[in-house]
Amino acid sequence: MDVKRYELNVQLAQMLKGGVIMDVTNVEQAKIAEEAGAVAVMALERVPADIRQQGGVARMSDPAMIAEIKKAVSIPVMAKARIGHFVEAQILEALKIDYIDESEVLTPADEECHIDKTKFALPFVCGARNLGEALRRIAEGAAMIRTKGEAGTGNVVEAVRHMRTMNREIRQLVNMPLEEVTGFAKVNGMPYELALKVRELKRLPVVNFAAGGIATPADAALMMQLGCDGVFVGSGIFKSANPSLRARAVVRATAYYNDPQKILEASMGLGEAMPGLEISEIPEGQLLAGRGW
Amino acid sequence: MVVRNLPENHEQAQETIGVLDLQGSVFEHLDHLKRIGILGRPVKMPGDVLNLAGLIIPGGESTCLARLIDIFGIGDAVKTAFARGMNIWGTCAGAILLASNVIGESSHLRLIDMDIERNSFGSQLDSFASTAVIPRISPYPLPLTFIRAPKIRRIGQGVISLLQIEDYIAVAESSRVLVTVFHPELTGGVAFHRYFARKCGLVPLDESRVADTDPAWNRNSWMRFAPVPQG
Repeated sequence: MDVKRYELNVQLAQMLKGGVIMDVTNVEQAKIAEEAGAVAVMALERVPADIRQQGGVARMSDPAMIAEIKKAVSIPVMAKARIGHFVEAQILEALKIDYIDESEVLTPADEECHIDKTKFALPFVCGARNLGEALRRIAEGAAMIRTKGEAGTGNVVEAVRHMRTMNREIRQLVNMPLEEVTGFAKVNGMPYELALKVRELKRLPVVNFAAGGIATPADAALMMQLGCDGVFVGSGIFKSANPSLRARAVVRATAYYNDPQKILEASMGLGEAMPGLEISEIPEGQLLAGRGW
Repeated sequence: MVVRNLPENHEQAQETIGVLDLQGSVFEHLDHLKRIGILGRPVKMPGDVLNLAGLIIPGGESTCLARLIDIFGIGDAVKTAFARGMNIWGTCAGAILLASNVIGESSHLRLIDMDIERNSFGSQLDSFASTAVIPRISPYPLPLTFIRAPKIRRIGQGVISLLQIEDYIAVAESSRVLVTVFHPELTGGVAFHRYFARKCGLVPLDESRVADTDPAWNRNSWMRFAPVPQG
């Protein structure tokens, strides 16, 4: 991928700032999301909550289903490829969607290598739990980062942990003397040049969204106040009692994340949120955030 | 959010250009205004539109912006301020919001007589960057960045085209509305911001102080306006 193409891809993510990206599994849901004011949709066959429940190997969705959603909406369409599965990514690029999510929600295809994203013209978003992981993905060519959180739980605690971890590590990098950066980068597995860039910018060099467990307008505003640039809502919308109402409320709370009165109004009378999962009750092997490195 | 450059009094407010701050390239526009020495202010509530010399509606997703301007009455406040003399500039999604007719869809603010077609180039693979000389804006070639851009297909009476490319119009203006289908805020080009500031009756730093394409700009420049995390 040439420098100009990468810049355009980073800039598409910039256009999504302050917005909400919603998981959808069919044309009807995609239209509800667009109508509610989503800035993009993530097309997939099963939302993370169902993948978690049904188990088995989770793969890229049927391209026919992604193509239908692409036809039905005019906002950007994203879709997931398995970690390291560069052929799934090639298929998604051939399908001409707008963004590929190399996602831990699907079963990883490679435990050693992530996709070499510099080989693609399409942009990638990748998950991260900390600054080192985010910078490794950027070094591989990711044009956008999201926190991993713990997808399909409706529990925001892991997304908060990942966001606070990144913020803390950025503050450390900014405040340490230059001679400590090499050691900090080594210990945290950060490409040195990118660590210097973060130190200069006081933030990630690309747009960073929150994802994994966001289920309410308050969750979305919480992540925005913690400093992310926008949010992904996966199972949280269409596993709730009133998806259309909730989708609108999350969009509103994300735009007005610093205005408690507006978040209050957005939070009223939404019906049941998706059922949540306590992280400590999930068997170790079923945690998704640990997939990829 | 830490609001920078907030005008402290009424007199100053009339020399301020607002940037609609609901979603999209808000910080990028604030950064460009600062480069040419113009006070910029995020606009989030209907009251924020009062007494502005001009308003920029940024790039973003037009469907999202269209929904949000309806909820708290900002759309109506913009129309009222426009009727009282405020100038408006829309980039990409902003141009869609301002158009009298969005082909195949419902229109929104309807403040400039033109037909615009959303996402007219295709997917992200069809986004591109180029340059063009737009005599009315600058004698030099300006960088243009098109991201999932719309195309202006027709302009009405009182609207002039400033740049025609192949089968579409990329820049148009009426007496008080400017529209660009691309994103000057994503390039080092500040000529459009300077042109718009002058259209609003303001006096920006001139070409001898800041070149039409500011060499000090880079694609991370907007980050100086991004909010500081609260945790």
